[in-house]
Amino acid sequence: MILIDCPYCGPRNSTEFRHAGEAGKKRDVTTNDPAVWRRYLYQQDNPLGWVRENWFHTAGCRQFLCAERNTQTNEFRWVAPAGSPGPDGASGNGSAR
Amino acid sequence: MSHAESVASIKGTAGAQARRRRSRGPARYSALDIFRRGVTNSDWPRSFRQHDLAKSYDVVIIGAGVHGLACAYYLAANHGITNVAVLDKSYMGGGGSGRNTAIIRSNYLTPEGVRFYDRSVVLYQNLAADLNYNVMFSQRGHLTLAHTDASLRTMNWRAEVNKLQGINSSVIDAAEVGRIVKYLDVSDRPRYPILGALYHPPGGIIRHDAVNWGYARAADHLGVQIHQQTEVLGIETAGGKVTGVRTNRGAISAPIVVNCTAGWATTISDMVDVKMPLITHPLQAAVTEPVKVFLPSVIVSGSLHVYVSQTDRGELVFGASVDPYPSYSMRGSLEFTESVASHILELIPSIGSLKVLRQWAGLCDMTPDYSPIMGVTPVDGFLVDVGWGTYGFKAGPVSGEAMAQLIATGRVPEIISAFDLARFADGRLVGEKGAASVGH
Ligand SMILES: Cc1cc2nc3c(=O)[nH]c(=O)nc-3n(C[C@H](O)[C@H](O)[C@H](O)COP(=O)(O)OP(=O)(O)OC[C@H]3O[C@@H](n4cnc5c(N)ncnc54)[C@H](O)[C@@H]3O)c2cc1C
Ligand SMILES: [Zn+2]
Repeated sequence: MILIDCPYCGPRNSTEFRHAGEAGKKRDVTTNDPAVWRRYLYQQDNPLGWVRENWFHTAGCRQFLCAERNTQTNEFRWVAPAGSPGPDGASGNGSAR
Repeated sequence: MSHAESVASIKGTAGAQARRRRSRGPARYSALDIFRRGVTNSDWPRSFRQHDLAKSYDVVIIGAGVHGLACAYYLAANHGITNVAVLDKSYMGGGGSGRNTAIIRSNYLTPEGVRFYDRSVVLYQNLAADLNYNVMFSQRGHLTLAHTDASLRTMNWRAEVNKLQGINSSVIDAAEVGRIVKYLDVSDRPRYPILGALYHPPGGIIRHDAVNWGYARAADHLGVQIHQQTEVLGIETAGGKVTGVRTNRGAISAPIVVNCTAGWATTISDMVDVKMPLITHPLQAAVTEPVKVFLPSVIVSGSLHVYVSQTDRGELVFGASVDPYPSYSMRGSLEFTESVASHILELIPSIGSLKVLRQWAGLCDMTPDYSPIMGVTPVDGFLVDVGWGTYGFKAGPVSGEAMAQLIATGRVPEIISAFDLARFADGRLVGEKGAASVGH
């Protein structure tokens, strides 16, 4: 069982949460270039190791969260309200290597 | 040197070598041989050899799963290209190819998909004879249950696409489902009663390990080298062309490198900056204690997120959809076992006291359209055969055959041309989600 330490609710089973994609991915609303939109839709990092990503606490506070997780071990080392700057001060960016 | 030129130079040296090796011939397995060895008490020869790593190969294949091994076998068998190394960081078949639930079928949703997977079914039908290895292919029939009008609609659609391609596939009603599988609850007691099913008689299961071992043994006999415990750490390029790979056992030069690493495919493609729309998800399965054989066909329920088949040994093999977040971890979870158990009891209430013996997980490289990514990439000589998600074991033979043809001729075979990497940028997706998300 994997616990996620929700900043609002405390540690809860990961089944209460929904994975909501890599952090920092932004739509470029200033363009209607299909290539740009397709890249946004289909392409993401898929690193083995530490990632920064969003989660949604579906069966709890129903807030979006930002977290750093190791994709090899599923260890969480940091969970914070959505949009928080990461422990390294940077905001966003899917892979936190 | 272009891809076609490097291919031409490979073929020149390879043909004679292949003929020389083949003439020695593999030690054939036969009933007579079993008898002879029983009487003389003599050992069986090793089914494939170990080698030192050479300085160069004509083709380096990364990943010794069914895809890498089949590609190597068809390179040697169909094209006489035998100076080939298959590298695996772990043991042969240690990836998805040794962890899957071995379902084979061709009742997909798109004409491209149906044609492709059906070629694999045909190759599987002859595989035991081709490889001289008993792969235990059992075409016992495949039932995809419908519990909602929406899924019945998708099944009718699939059945029509299938029939157009000459595939034996049709929608049957609940009573007929009950006649085929006696122990299924086809009453309206369950929360989601069975309304009907997509019935695909040529579908079935196979002994997955035997397929891997059979390809490995046959490829080895034709001169291919299989290197286990050999991890690719980097890929060398010069002027946009592949020149070789770096491994934990030293460097190898090669003009053609094929990525057959499924769940790990991103880590390999990242080495040459080839971006692919893959996300790695774990997929779990479980197996029960063996009981008398009672389940005649493979049963899949998309609505209940579960599928089941019974092995020839009598164990029930269960599976479901992928774990709900990306990960490279191969640990099982209690949530999976709980959900599979509760859902399977909705279908077959009488197995309530069966014990689960084992559960495990493997890695699946999911694509946005549930179709694979095969063929060339922007880096010359770097080929991919990935995006196998939860459904790639059945595609081993056809993929190996097509990738070998691509390497040998420098031209993308028609049967895989819809699955190119460029389709995502061009918006030409081959949507198979309706046929592949639970029923792998
Ligand atoms: C539980 C489960 C059930 C499934 N059920 C079905 C099913 O019923 N039917 C079906 O058709 N498919 C099924 N699949 C999917 C199927 O197993 C895979 O799609 C298929 O086995 C992929 O084969 P492959 O040869 O491409 O890769 P794999 O068999 O995964 O092999 C990849 C290999 O690459 C090696 N590797 C990785 N990185 C490196 C490196 N850096 N250097 C060297 N080697 C490396 C790994 O060690 C591994 O052995 C299932 C999968 C799972 C996990
Ligand atoms: Zn919460």
